[in-house]
Parts: sequence; C-alpha cells; structure tokens
Amino acid sequence: MRFAPSAEQEAFAASLDALLSTLDCDTATRAWAGGDHGPGLKIWRRLADQGVTALTTPSHRGGLSEEDGTGATTVDAVLAFEVLGRFCPPGPWTDSAVLPCLLDDEILASTAAGETLVSLAFPPHLPFALDADIADARFLVDVASLRGFTPGAHLASLDSSRRLFVPVPGDELGPALDPARAFDLGALLTAAQLLGAGRRLLEMSVEHAGQRRQYGREIGRFQAIKHLLAEVVTALELARPLLHGAAVTADPADVSAAKVACGDAAHLAARTALQVHGAIGYTAEHPLGLRLTRVRALTTAWGTPAVHRHRVLAAIAP
Amino acid sequence: MDLDLDEPTRRFRDEAREWLAAHVPRSPLPSFDTAEGFAAHREWEAELADARWSVVSWPREYGGRDASLLEWVLFEEEYYAAGAPGRVNQNGIFMLAPTLFSHGTPEQLARILPKMARSEEVWAQAWSEPEAGSDIAALRSTATPADGGWLLNGQKTWSSRAAFADRAFGLFRSEPGSTRHHGLTYLMADLRAPGVTVRPIPQLDGEPGFAEIFFDDVFVPDEDVIGTPGNGWRVAMTTANNERGLSLRSPGRFLSAADRLVSLWSSAGRPEATAARVADAWIGARAYQLYTFGTVTRLASGAELGPESSINKLFWSHLDVALHETALDLLGPAAELRGPWADGWLFSLAGPIYGGTDQIQRTIVAERLLGLPKGDR
Repeated sequence: MRFAPSAEQEAFAASLDALLSTLDCDTATRAWAGGDHGPGLKIWRRLADQGVTALTTPSHRGGLSEEDGTGATTVDAVLAFEVLGRFCPPGPWTDSAVLPCLLDDEILASTAAGETLVSLAFPPHLPFALDADIADARFLVDVASLRGFTPGAHLASLDSSRRLFVPVPGDELGPALDPARAFDLGALLTAAQLLGAGRRLLEMSVEHAGQRRQYGREIGRFQAIKHLLAEVVTALELARPLLHGAAVTADPADVSAAKVACGDAAHLAARTALQVHGAIGYTAEHPLGLRLTRVRALTTAWGTPAVHRHRVLAAIAP
Repeated sequence: MDLDLDEPTRRFRDEAREWLAAHVPRSPLPSFDTAEGFAAHREWEAELADARWSVVSWPREYGGRDASLLEWVLFEEEYYAAGAPGRVNQNGIFMLAPTLFSHGTPEQLARILPKMARSEEVWAQAWSEPEAGSDIAALRSTATPADGGWLLNGQKTWSSRAAFADRAFGLFRSEPGSTRHHGLTYLMADLRAPGVTVRPIPQLDGEPGFAEIFFDDVFVPDEDVIGTPGNGWRVAMTTANNERGLSLRSPGRFLSAADRLVSLWSSAGRPEATAARVADAWIGARAYQLYTFGTVTRLASGAELGPESSINKLFWSHLDVALHETALDLLGPAAELRGPWADGWLFSLAGPIYGGTDQIQRTIVAERLLGLPKGDR
C-alpha cells in the first residue's frame, strides 16, 4: 500500500500550478462572465498542451489513459482538477473530461487535444448545460442513451462565469457507454475542484490574517481568527484522502463521500475566508468572490450533497 | 497511489481476524473503571499477551510482533470490528511505552515493558494538576534529590486509571525556582509506595475513571527517571506526537462505531430525519481511515509526524461526539437509559478535553501548521 501521490504526480501538479499562476485566470474568468471567451480559451489551449484535456481519454483515441493502467490514471485527473479548482479558470472542464465514459468515437481525439469543448446535460443531477453556447459538441444523457441538444434559454448562475443553458433535446445518437461511471467521474472531478478552491481560500485567509492590522496588531494573532482557520484546515485535510481514495477505488460510496466532504470543507473555507477578510472580501473586485461563488455552484453541481449522502447510505446500508 | 495490501500484510490481518473471532468475550466485560471490570480486563490482556496480540508493534523481545505501523492500524481495525474490550493499559501502551522506546535505558525497557505487555502492571498517567490542565508547563509538584533517587511531593489530579492502577508516570519540577518548561523531570512512581494517597474521583458515568494522587515524600529511585533530570519537557514533547499512538486513537474504533450506527439507523426504519448525520458519521470514519493510511505512508517513507497530529485529534474528537449524539437522537426516549450508546456518549464528551483541549489543538494548528503569528493564549 502506498497511499500518497508519486513524485511524478506531484511534479505534474506543481507544473500545472506554476503555469496557471502565470496566466491571470481571474481576469479571464471575469471576461468569460461578460461573454468575452478569448482569454479563457487561451488558457484552455495552454492547459491542453500540458495534457490536461487528455487525461481521461484512452490512448487509442489520442489520450493519455492506457488500458493496462500504465498511462494517466483517475488519480492524475483528480490532481489536475485540484489545481484547476485553485485557479478557477472558466470553461466546461468536467463535461469534456467525462465524455470518454459516454462514447467511443473520433470526437474524443479532438477533445483530448483541447480543440473540442464539450457541454453536457445529465438530468436530473445536471439539468443545466454549462457553456452550451460556445461548446463545439453538446450531449444530453437521457437515462441510458445519448442525445444531442441545442442551447435554449440562458440562465444566470450565482457564479457569473458559469454560463448555463436549458438543454433542448435533439436526436438520439445511440446508447450511452457507461452513464454511471460518467456520473461518478464528474462528481469526483467536481469534488477535486472544490478541494482546490477551498485550499486556495484558506491560503488567501492566512495571508490576509498575517497582514491586516486591527487594534494595533495583525488579526492573525487573535485566537478567534486562529480557531476558525484551524477548523478549515482540519476539514480540508480530512477531505483530501477521501478524494484520493475514491480516485483509487472508484467505489460509488467513496466518490459520494468525497463529493460531500470536499463540498462541506470548501464551503467552510469560503464562508470563513469572507469572515476573515471582512468587507474587502465582499467586493466584486477582490478575487475571493470568484472562488466563493464557484464553490457554492459546484456544491450542487454533479449531485447535491443530499443526493450523495443518500448514495452513501444506499451503499453501506443496503 | 494504491490501497492494496501485500501478501504478508494481508496474512497478518487475516490471522488477527481469525484469532479475535475465536477469543473475544461473547458478552462485554464490565467497565475497567470498576474493581471487578479492572480484574476482568487484566485477564483479557493476559490472554491477548499469550497470543502476542497485546502490543503488536513492539519488538518481539518485549512481547510484540515487530508489526509495521500499517499492520498496527489494520490490527486495531480488526480489534474494534470484533467488538473486543477497550484497553485498560492504554496509558502505558500508547503513551509511556513510546516514551521509553525513545528515551528509556535498556534496563528500563527490559524491566517495564514485558509486565506492561501482559498488564501485570497497569499504568496511570499523572499529568494534570489542579493549577495546570492543558497548560502542563504550569505544574508545581516537586521532585527533590535524595540519596539514590528523588522525593516526590505535591498533587496530581484527573489521573486516568489511577483508582486501580499499579504505577504512574508524569512530570515533576526538579529545579526549585524554575519556570515553565525548564527544570522538569519525567518520573515513574509506584502508586502503592509509602506516602502515596490515591483518592478516586467518579466521572460523569459514576465510575472512578479519575483519581487525585497525593505525594508526600514519596521515594523514587534514580532508575525510574526517564531521560535526564531537568529535561522532562523535551522527553514528554518528543513523544507527544508519537506515530504509534496516532494521538491515541486509531481509526478502527470510529469505523466500528460508524458501522454500529448504520445498523441502528437501518433497524430503526431508516428515518429521514437522521439520514444525513448517519451518512456523515460513516464519511468521517472513512476519511479518518484514509487520512491515517496517508500518514502511515509518509512515515514509512521517512517523514516525521509533527503538529498535524493536532488535526487528528480535532477531527476524531468532533466525529466521536457527533456520532454518539446521532445514535442517541435515533434511540428517542430510550436514549437516556444506560447502555452502550449512552456510555459511549459520556465517554465521547471527554475527547475534546483530554490530551490537550481542542482549543489548545486549534491554536497549535494555526500557529505551527498555518504559520499565523503567535499571540495571547
């Protein structure tokens, strides 16, 4: 048993982190929210060059995942999506990543290469399609079959960079390959983003608490602040092994446990971050809000906490 | 990254599982905080020791199996899953023994550990004093040099297991006028020596799990000093995070408690009102199990356990209370009746207090792990 990322996996995550920190994701996210997709798509292509969009695609379709397990694994995808969560770049990352679970088609090659953006509707858990207006391919999972769809009404998300659309069902394309696995992978990668966003919110809070002075001293000296942040780091540290464990076992109860715990921990991190920052954190110009709203949106995307808690119970108390 | 057990480890786990299935007492032993229960637990510990299951991680020469940390964690899972009794000598096995392994002399190891392994000697901890709870550095009991040893004076309190235990270990101020962490000595004492008075203190459950210990010119020979005199704080702190203790709580007990909670919920007709809390208890126990596997992996590759053990304690102490609160809510009016769940709830309430209160742990986490500036306590 070796339950820790390998040196290669850590190096891969660190290289993505270094790349994203140079790309000004926050500006791209704000532009995306305003309908200017240019900077966001540039980030998409840069990450695709690093293989991020190919991690879940089998090698015979141009991806990095090997049948015999020697290539990219679900763990690699989870680590990459933790980094995405830290920086919150816009775009339908999860939708594109789960596509290989739904069909085996040449479209996977262009998705893996980052040339095709996929938007997915997966009712009832994912009733609204993310970025359906600019996606190159749109799929609706209709129980066990796959359909195309066209984007209907635009819906405003509380996370303004998540541009949602009502899917208008189109033609049936055939059976969906493995919808259960697609849902699990989507929930897992969403959990990974939640954890990454939560960790970033904690770091921002620690940094702020060490600098911001009130009553003649840094607010980080106050026990009231320390104890809030200790609770946050505890929740995040105990959520991560669930996430990595689910990536290893692929067990639905583990996936759901990870989604619940990462969502709870990230939500605690977000609420605490706002409290620690005070009014500056409540302004639209401060980067905290981008993550706070992303966390809230992802908490219910790909299965609400209630749905996932019930999946856990269904598995452990059959 | 994997969670697969290699063949020897799997064999070790299976052997433990089979032995426990055949030997765990059919009905629960009485509480070890009663005279009758204490005696029954000594017998159980001797039975465990005969089969070399009482201290699996120790070297064979002291009664152990040289088990790896992973094997210890797995053994604990099997132990609690089998419904085996709580460990009456846990202060000795999980607190004193790691201290001895780090700082004890060969003579001390040979003299103390084999009896501890069989619970022929059961140990009490003598940490707290009336003026010093989690703030151990404020303690005032003294050790004064005497011919061939030390004379102990003062009072310890809230000493777990002291009502029936044989011996105790703790810190004493050995340099007059010293303050805080300086001038402390780590000593072991016989609770039946002349000058020792033990006054049992009933806990919330009515049993004397605590006691006050009064020392009145109690002689302790030099051979019962651990480490060097005056260096007791470092001796205590270097082992406070000891990996084998894993903050005294392996995941096994929470996994088995969560499983029992899930069964209780199922047999109560799966009430929706508590569904989320039951799910969260299982999620928490699974999280702690996997977190521990991560810790075991890091330690096996040479890392040392630091202040993150405070995270352990914050997590499981909260989990244990929440899990038992959920069980009591499920039981309805019957929850107030004494029984395993009510007793477990009472015990869980101590978690956020002992071993350094949760407030202290949060401060440690914030300052040492997150790097926030030091401030007023």
